[in-house]
Amino acid sequence: MSARTVLHDADIARALRRIAHEILESRRGDGRLVLLGIPTRGTVLAERIQAVIDDIEPGVSSAGSLDITLYRDDLARTPTRAPQPTRIPAGGIDDAIVVLVDDVLYSGRTVRAALDALADHGRPRAVRLAVLVDRGHRELPIRADFVGKNLPSATSERVSVRLADVDGVEEVTIEP
Amino acid sequence: MTGTLIRGASLLGETREDIRIRGGRIAATGRLTPELDERVIDADGLLALPGLVDLHTHLREPGGEASETVLTGTRAAAAGGYTAVFAMANTSPVADTAGVVEQVHALGAQHGYATVRPIGAVTVGLEGERLSEIGAMARSRAQVRVFSDDGKCVHDALLMRRALEYVATFDGVIAQHAQEPRLTEGAQMNEGALSGELGLAGWPAVAEESIVARDVLLAQHTGARLHVCHVSTAGSVDVIRWAKARGIAVTAEVTPHHLLLTEELARGYDARFKVNPPLRRDDDVRALREALADGTIDIVATDHAPHPAEAKECTWAEAAFGMVGLESALPVLQTTMIETGMLGWADLARVMSSAPAEIGRLDGYGDPLTEGAPAHVTLVDPAARRTWSTGDLRGRSRNTPYTGVELAGAIVATVHGGVATVLDGTLVDAEEVARRG
Amino acid sequence: MKHLLSTRDLDRETAVGILDIAEDMALTADREVRKLPTLRGRTVVNLFFEDSTRTRLSFESAAKRLSADVITFSAKGSSVSKGESLKDTAQTLQAMGADAIVVRHHGSGAAHQLAHAGWIDAHVLNAGDGTHEHPTQALLDAFTMRQRRYGADSRGRDLSGMRVVIVGDIVHSRVARSNVWLLTTLGAEVHLVAPRTLLPAGVETWPVTVHEHLEPALALRPDVVMMLRIQQERMHAAFFPSGREYAREWGLTAERFAALGPDTMVMHPGPMNRGLEISSAAADSSASTVLAQVTNGVFIRMAVLYLLVAGSQEASA
Repeated sequence: MSARTVLHDADIARALRRIAHEILESRRGDGRLVLLGIPTRGTVLAERIQAVIDDIEPGVSSAGSLDITLYRDDLARTPTRAPQPTRIPAGGIDDAIVVLVDDVLYSGRTVRAALDALADHGRPRAVRLAVLVDRGHRELPIRADFVGKNLPSATSERVSVRLADVDGVEEVTIEP
Repeated sequence: MTGTLIRGASLLGETREDIRIRGGRIAATGRLTPELDERVIDADGLLALPGLVDLHTHLREPGGEASETVLTGTRAAAAGGYTAVFAMANTSPVADTAGVVEQVHALGAQHGYATVRPIGAVTVGLEGERLSEIGAMARSRAQVRVFSDDGKCVHDALLMRRALEYVATFDGVIAQHAQEPRLTEGAQMNEGALSGELGLAGWPAVAEESIVARDVLLAQHTGARLHVCHVSTAGSVDVIRWAKARGIAVTAEVTPHHLLLTEELARGYDARFKVNPPLRRDDDVRALREALADGTIDIVATDHAPHPAEAKECTWAEAAFGMVGLESALPVLQTTMIETGMLGWADLARVMSSAPAEIGRLDGYGDPLTEGAPAHVTLVDPAARRTWSTGDLRGRSRNTPYTGVELAGAIVATVHGGVATVLDGTLVDAEEVARRG
Repeated sequence: MKHLLSTRDLDRETAVGILDIAEDMALTADREVRKLPTLRGRTVVNLFFEDSTRTRLSFESAAKRLSADVITFSAKGSSVSKGESLKDTAQTLQAMGADAIVVRHHGSGAAHQLAHAGWIDAHVLNAGDGTHEHPTQALLDAFTMRQRRYGADSRGRDLSGMRVVIVGDIVHSRVARSNVWLLTTLGAEVHLVAPRTLLPAGVETWPVTVHEHLEPALALRPDVVMMLRIQQERMHAAFFPSGREYAREWGLTAERFAALGPDTMVMHPGPMNRGLEISSAAADSSASTVLAQVTNGVFIRMAVLYLLVAGSQEASA
């Protein structure tokens, strides 16, 4: 059986806009928002969400990327991969509200590694998690604060997020 | 069984004959009928050569018994088709007195696998300072005729001159290890682009050639006999060719490994390929083969140099020089010289038997296999081919450079003074050899 | 990558990849917490048969920043100097659970043997073998050159168009060998300068231009001048007559340094002989990258340890 598209480009854009609004609403007081995407696609999503936020409320947010390769707990089980750059926006993360952004939330191990990586960069006021797709099957006590779409799936199924900037097409698919 | 009959062997690859051996001599050749008291060796398809003679063997005893002994070394020799070996003097103590050479000689006679003729040191303790008691060694029961400081070069020109003159008195010969010591301080491998890349100190060809050139001129000046050990470079070949053309009494040897292997083997820093003189370039290998074919180089000598595993399982610079070679010598020669058409079997018998016996003044060896001659015989299966492994070694050490290399030919039987030391490619039991010998 | 033994084995893509990972490692130096958990639970052994405090400290620091357990084994004064072989030492260390062995040895080829003799299956990192190679030194030199030339825009770049002059005792220098192979693989144009006595046999087959005198090479306006350390004992072995003559003919004197272009980098693998191969004017100038080389050495060694040790054995073998 071939892949089934569950989000088209317009759906993705709508989901990101909604997430941007929710992030702004959840911001209490005058906290600085730092959106850190987890490479590769999380970085793209973080930039897009931050652009929406900046349109609504200019100057309160910035975007960057946080690579977690060197913090993974499965390094010894997979071939060595090259780390990707980490870019922390000027001003750092101390006392900021950091929103980690990733494309798919699955076992939670990537987020665990990201929390470790983040702690080595400073001490944020709060850390939130935004994902485009939550497909379930958590292996750690981690949940997302902002979800584009909940997508119940079987572990045998394959969920793929493709973004125009990286893949040339814009869609989320699921295939058996 | 009081006699042996070799049936159907091809003599030097030419005529097909039976050989009857009785009382240590060849009793008859031709078409013979087996007698009741004879062991019959079926030599159909095999070649019969006069027993091989090695002018350059390190038996290590006394002092180096962890690597080899007279017994284990002569067993390796027999397995390689040898019936006589000349044992180098760099033992501990050094073979620089009649006492040491007689001991080594007697051990060989006692074990019986091959005749052991000790080589005497040219200088006391191989130190290159004072002549050793050459006359005493020559007159001893060991009848030393070859003198060498092998492993070290007799580099002092005056001492070399005197040594050449003095051994001539006893019909002896100086076998020179040609290596200019100052040009080879710390040297690890052939000097060239590869040594530069690998960061190993080079052993330049000129360090050998300059000594060979000086020595042939000294031989000319003194009229004495000079033998050049393990020639390894095309330049040395040129010098020796020139000297022979001038009638200088120089002979020369080449090792099997210098006829087959090149410096490229050093690339993996595997110390089994560390040897002195070092493995050289393709051009040198080609020149050495041509020189052996045209007679510029007189003989093949193994420079069999056993070392214990720990002397080779270390970094290249710390490893000992040398490789074992008695068992593999004839297969390497068949592979490099016979199968390339550069030598025939009669030539091979000359360079591996009669010529080394002649240079070493060893009577009764290398003679044609005719009625009345001493029964030193090597039977070779020229059709055999095998991939060499340490399982093919019969000495005490395992440092062969040929593991994994396909070599032609196999020794099927060796007869030393009428006593079979190898039968069906297998060494005969030591007690039996000692009892019958 | 299973081992790092020589820069000759590295292709352009791999070499640039190592430099890029070193950039990531360099970023961690500015953070609040400099340590990474990457090699937690892995053991890195520094096996040093030759004294070299700075290289040893650099490797120790790199392994510790990656959270590896570090065992340092200085062979001097240990069982090794009492006759234990390289093989036995290596097998002992492997039995202690070494995932990687960083080896420094006075014998050319020692690292190659550890990696390929079948004695052990740990990863082997050559930290200098005799007069053969010192690959991490060349990598940190290349990293330093790229940083100076391209700054924050370094990632993904090689050294195409750069002209590097290496001066001094080439024949005995593992740094020179590793640099020649690596820098030319990365597209740099390499010139060697030395008296003939200090040039290796077969240098004419190397992918470099050889000069016997320094002036013609400096006249080419190089981007980098790398001065090699001259061992004092060489002059006793007739490689050159005296330190004074060497400094005059092949040293980077204050006058020669002053004539260099304003952007020319002056490199030295350390430790320096001031007044012999390099003048203080050159060594202490802003053109000198000597201290940056030390800093960058840690990042390069972190990158290499990461590449060698972090991944699964099967996948990286």
